[in-house]
Amino acid sequence: MHDLVKQTALGGTEPRVDKYDHITISENDGLSLASVAARRGKEADCHKLLKKLLGAVPGPGRAQLHDPEAGFWMGPEQWMIGAPSESHEDLAERLKGLLGDAASVTEQTGAWVCFDVIGPAMQDMCERLCSVPIRQMQAGDAQRTVIHHLGCFVIRRTAADHIRILGPRASAGSLHHALVATAQALDTGSYGSDAPA
Amino acid sequence: MIINHPLLGPRDSAEFTYLGDARLIDRPDWQSQTAARDFYEYGYLRENPAGWHEELWFHEAGDRSWLVVTRNTVTHEISKVEMARDVARKRGRST
Repeated sequence: MHDLVKQTALGGTEPRVDKYDHITISENDGLSLASVAARRGKEADCHKLLKKLLGAVPGPGRAQLHDPEAGFWMGPEQWMIGAPSESHEDLAERLKGLLGDAASVTEQTGAWVCFDVIGPAMQDMCERLCSVPIRQMQAGDAQRTVIHHLGCFVIRRTAADHIRILGPRASAGSLHHALVATAQALDTGSYGSDAPA
Repeated sequence: MIINHPLLGPRDSAEFTYLGDARLIDRPDWQSQTAARDFYEYGYLRENPAGWHEELWFHEAGDRSWLVVTRNTVTHEISKVEMARDVARKRGRST
């Protein structure tokens, strides 16, 4: 047997956490991902099965925050589904079993790096990184955008100070650099308890 | 310039890349008797109007959909934005 050690997207044995007073950037290594594309003529079947899985089918620019499987809209008749890797390491196979010939399913876990950005400076940080209208976005809004030339998904989570960023795993280091450099560039002092919201 | 994406709403044109004339959708029939001539025209000949023009735009920094944008090349006014998929299907392609 090979004696292999699992590495995170940034190459560590443990997920990286960068903690500042005003923001915490955590590498999220516990996410299984798979994409779903409805097959032509089977859109209605695919919608029905996704609704069964997620509770609702997310429309353009939306995510369905749901446990254990969650999903967000990527494009016309295309969605990304995510679930905890601990319980759903075989997510793509499970989805294929559920969706059958209604959709094409592609394993995506190894293609993305996921960062959770949490803290009072989240909105300011997001505005420096990309062009999504973060202050207008509600919990469950999900947008594809560009961060330092990398195509990324930005998902606004339930907590008001939390965004999740999915970026290309092969450029995990570059994306991490962009996040850390932006966090350090913000003025820490303006996020005290008496600072305006 | 703002492009009003049919699904995602108004977006800055910097999020898009431009491909050109939307007649690229009308790919000729390769089995036609005049295929060589048709493909030469398809590949090389373009109208260059000062006025309304149907163009293909790719939402590269967004949902990666292809759009057909009707734009006035003189004023940059945009009168219509459609999903290229819908336009192609209306013309009997990709069905």
